[in-house]
Amino acid sequence: MTEATEQTLTTAGKDARPIKLACRNVWKLFGANAAHFIRQRDGKASMAEVAAAGLVGAVRAVDLEIRQGEIFIIMGLSGSGKSTLVRCMSRLVEPTHGKVEFEGKDLLKISDAALIELRRHRMGMVFQNFALLPHLNVLENIAFPLGIQGQDRATREARAREVIELVGLRGREHFYPRELSGGQQQRVGIARSLATKPEVWFLDEPFSALDPLIRREMQDELMRLQTMLHKTIVFITHDFDEAIRLADRIAIMKDGEVIQIGTPEELVVNPATDYVAEFTRDVHRAKVISARSLMRACDGSEHGGTVAPDARISSFSADIVAAGKPFAVVNGSGEPIGEVTPQAVIDLLAGIEHPRPGA
Amino acid sequence: MTVTASASESRPPVQRWLAIWALALAAVLVVFLLRDSMSWAVNYPTEAVIPVADWVSALMRWIKSNFSWLTRSITAVLGVPLDFALNLLAKNFKIGHGADMFVLPRLSWVGVCAAAYLAGRAAGGWKLGALVGGCFLYIALFGQWTSAMLTLALISIAVPFCIVTGLFVGIWAWRKPWAERLIVSPALDLMQTIPTFAYLIPMLLLFGNSPVSAMIATAIFATPPMVRATMLGLSRVPSEIDDFSEMAGCTARQKLWKVLLPSARPTLMVGVNQVIMLALNMVIIASMIGAGGLGYDVLLALRALKVGEAMEAGLAIVALAIALDRLSQAIAHKQAKGSAHQEARRSFWRRYPNLTLAIAILAITTLLSLFVPAFAALPKAMTLTTAPLWKAAVNWITLNFFDMIEAFRVALILNVLNPVRAFCEGFPWLGTVFLLGLAGYQLSGLRLAALVAALTAFCAVTGLWEKTMATVYLCGISAFIACLIGIPVGLMASRSDRFEKIVTPIIDTLQVLPSFCFIIPVVMLFRVGDVTAMIATVAFAVVPAIRYTNLGIRQVPPALIEAAKVSGCTKRQTFFRVQLPLALPEIMLGVNQTILMALAMIIICAMVGTRDLGQEVFIALSKADSGRGIVAGLAIAFIGIVADRLFNAWTAKARARLG
Repeated sequence: MTEATEQTLTTAGKDARPIKLACRNVWKLFGANAAHFIRQRDGKASMAEVAAAGLVGAVRAVDLEIRQGEIFIIMGLSGSGKSTLVRCMSRLVEPTHGKVEFEGKDLLKISDAALIELRRHRMGMVFQNFALLPHLNVLENIAFPLGIQGQDRATREARAREVIELVGLRGREHFYPRELSGGQQQRVGIARSLATKPEVWFLDEPFSALDPLIRREMQDELMRLQTMLHKTIVFITHDFDEAIRLADRIAIMKDGEVIQIGTPEELVVNPATDYVAEFTRDVHRAKVISARSLMRACDGSEHGGTVAPDARISSFSADIVAAGKPFAVVNGSGEPIGEVTPQAVIDLLAGIEHPRPGA
Repeated sequence: MTVTASASESRPPVQRWLAIWALALAAVLVVFLLRDSMSWAVNYPTEAVIPVADWVSALMRWIKSNFSWLTRSITAVLGVPLDFALNLLAKNFKIGHGADMFVLPRLSWVGVCAAAYLAGRAAGGWKLGALVGGCFLYIALFGQWTSAMLTLALISIAVPFCIVTGLFVGIWAWRKPWAERLIVSPALDLMQTIPTFAYLIPMLLLFGNSPVSAMIATAIFATPPMVRATMLGLSRVPSEIDDFSEMAGCTARQKLWKVLLPSARPTLMVGVNQVIMLALNMVIIASMIGAGGLGYDVLLALRALKVGEAMEAGLAIVALAIALDRLSQAIAHKQAKGSAHQEARRSFWRRYPNLTLAIAILAITTLLSLFVPAFAALPKAMTLTTAPLWKAAVNWITLNFFDMIEAFRVALILNVLNPVRAFCEGFPWLGTVFLLGLAGYQLSGLRLAALVAALTAFCAVTGLWEKTMATVYLCGISAFIACLIGIPVGLMASRSDRFEKIVTPIIDTLQVLPSFCFIIPVVMLFRVGDVTAMIATVAFAVVPAIRYTNLGIRQVPPALIEAAKVSGCTKRQTFFRVQLPLALPEIMLGVNQTILMALAMIIICAMVGTRDLGQEVFIALSKADSGRGIVAGLAIAFIGIVADRLFNAWTAKARARLG
C-alpha cells in the first residue's frame, strides 16, 4: 500500500491550473561582490562556500511554482529568509541571481514603468504590522492605491466602500488607524490590498501581530474571502498550525533554503528531513490526513458508511468509531477504491505509530 | 590561570598610556619652563601669523563688488513679503504719499490676542488658549506691542523659509548618502557651533543694515534642526510603509510626498518647534543689524544701562517665547497622537470653527480700529509699566547688599577667575595642540587626532591664541560650575518624582528663553565684566546637565535594578554600582551639550565686556570688518567642534564598553 500512497501523493502534486508565479534558482546574498560570486559559480554554491566568501545567504537556490488560485504558504522560523523570498517575488528586494517569472515573463527584466504598472494593478500586499498611513482615515487609506493610479475621488471612494463592505468595516470609514483595534487595522490592510483587484496577493505574516482568538477569526475571514475571490495567494507565516489550516501547499524554509514543498498531508506523512518532522510532530493529524492516506484495500467486510478520498479523518472519526464498522472510500463515480477501519482511525487519534495495514 | 594571563595582557596598554601622558606632560612642562628661550612655542610669533582674516576680507569685498546686483535683487525680492508682514502686524500699510496718503491699519491688538487664544484652544484646550492669549495680552498691556509684533513678523516670514529649505536639504541628504556624509552633516555641525554673532557680519556686509539681512541671518541660523528632523523622520518611517508604497505602485515622487513625508509628520513638527525657537533667539540677536523689535529695545536699554526698560523688554521676549513654544509643541503633540475621526465632509467653517472665528474677529476688530483708536493701539492710560519698580528694586539691593555682592564678585575674580585665566593664557600653544591631538589619538585614532590638532592650530596661526584661551577659560569655568550644579540637581530629580515635578517646568522655561534674556538680571546686580558673563552662562548652560542626568538615571532598565536588589545591594550600592555607571554615557552627553551651550552664551556675553573671541566678533561687527569677524567666528566654532568630537569619542568608547 505504500506504493499506492506515494502514487496518490504524486498525483495530488500534479495540477492542471496554469503557473502564475515561479522562482527559478533565486538567490539573495548580502555582502561585497555577491553578484559576482554567484555568477562565477553559475548559480550553485554550498552554504559553506557562501560563508567562506564572507557573504550572508538570505535566500539560496529557491525553486518553486505557484499556480493560479492556489494558497501557497511559505513557512519558516524567523531568520529563515521567508520574508526576503517574498520580497524577491515582488521585487521589493532585488534578487542577486536567478529568475522570478510572473506568468512566464521574467520579472527581473521588465522596466521600472512596467513594474509600477504590474504592482498597481496585478499585485497586492498585506503587512505584518499593517503599514497603514497614520494621517489618513480608513476610507482614505483604502482608496490610497487607487488615488496613486490617478482615479478620481468619486470612483475610488465608491470602490473603497465596496471593499469596506467586503471586510466588514462599514461604519468605520472615518476612523483613523490608531482608533482601531489590531484586528480591525488588519482588515483595513486587507481591504486596501484588495481595492485594486490584484491577481497575486502577498500576505506577509498578516496575523502574527494579533491575539490568538482574533488570529483564528481572521483566518476564517481569509478563507471566506478566498472562496469568493479566488486569488493566487502567497502567504508567509511562522505558525505551522496556521499554515496547515489555510494552505493548499506549503514550502518550508530553513537558513534561506526551501527544504520541502508539499500539501500539509504530504509534509505530515512524508517529512523530507528531521527538521520538517520536528515541525509536524505536534500537529493534530486527524485534521490533516485524508481518508486516502489511511485506507487499505477492501477485504469484503460490511461497510458502515462511505467517505470521499479527500475527506479529513477528523470529519468522520466520530461517526466511524460509533458505527464500529469500516467505511468505504468511494471515488467521484461511487466506485469503492478502498476502506478505512475504525481501529486505524483510533490509532491515528491516539497517536500510536502503527505499521500501516497491509504493509 | 587564564584569568591572570588575560589580565596581564590587557594591562600594558593602560600602563603605556599612563607613561605616554606623563612624558607628554613633562615635555609641555619643559617647554613652559624654557619659555624665555622657546617663546615661539608658548606665544605664537606675530610674524608667522597667517593673514586669513585679510584673505576673507578681500574675498568678501570681491563678492560685494561683483555680486551687488544679486544681493540687491535678493533684498528686493525678500523685502516684499517681509514688508507685508511688518505692515500687517506692526506698522500699518501706507498707500500713496504726502497729503493723499491713505493708511490701512495693522491687525488690531484685540484681534491678535483673540486669535492667539483660539489657536491655543484649538491646539491644546482652553488652558493653553488662556496661556497663549495671556502672553499676548501681557505684551500689549506692558506697552511692548509694536516691538513684539515687529519681532513676530520677522519670525513669521523667516520660519516658513527655514522649513521649506530644511525640508528640501533634508530630503536631498536622505536620498544621497554621499551628500549627507560629505556636505550636509559637516555643514550642519559647523552651522550650529558658529556663534550667532558671526552670522551677522557677512549679512551686514552683503545686505546692509536692514530687516532683510536680519531675516536672512535668522533663516540660515534656524534651518539646521529642520534638516536634521527631516533626515531623522524619513529614516524612521517603518520599512513596511516603505514597502507598501512600492507595492501600491507609487512613483518615487508619490512615495516621498504622499507616503513618507506624511508618515514622518510628528518628527517634522518637532523640527518646526525647534526652528521657531531658534528663529526667535536669532531675531533678537539680529536686532544689531537692523531687525528692530524687542531685541533692539533690550540692546538700547542695556547700552544706556536702563535696567528697568531692559527687563521689561526682556520679559516681553520671555512671554513671546513661551507662547510660541507651547503653541508649536501642542501642535506637534497633536500630530504625534494622530487625528480623531470626524463625520463626512462638512462646510469649511464647520470643519475649522476656530480658524473661521479667528479670521472673523481679526477682520472685525481691524475694521473697528479705523474708527475706534482703542482697537488700533492700547490706550496709554491702560498700559502698565514696571520699569520704575525694577529700578527701585535694583537700587534697594545695591543700597543694602552692595558690599556683599561686591565682596563676592571680587573674591570670585581674585581667587578663581584670574588664576585660571593666567594659567590658560600662559599655557604654550604648541603644547595644547600636542596634548589635544594625543587625546584624540587615544580616544579614537589618527583621524580624530589630526582633526583636533588642525583645528586647534588654526586658532594659533591666525593670531587669535590669547583670545581663544580667554574664551576657553571662561567657557570652561562656566561649564564646570554648570555641571557642578546641574548634575547633582539631575541626580536628585531622578531619585524623587516630586522634585522632578518642580524642576521640569523650570528647566523647560529656561530652555525656551533666548540667550539675551539671561544677561539682563545679572547685569543689574553684578554690572559688566567676567563675573556677569560667567553667571549668565551658568544659568543658560545648566539645563542639559540636569535634563540628561535625570534622563540617564531614569533610563536604566528596571530589570537591572531589580537584579541588583535581588543580589542584596543596598540603595546606595544600587545607585553607585548600577545606576550611575549605566547612566554615565547619557550624563556625558549632557556635559557635552552644556559645554557647547556655554560656548554659545559666552560669545553673546561680549555685550557685557568680556575680552575674548566674542569681543573680537563684536568689535568686527561694529566695524563691519568681515574678515576679522569670520575668522574669530570660525575659531569659536572650532573650539566647540574640538570639545564636541573629543567628548563624543569618549562617550562612544564608554558606550561600547557597556555594550
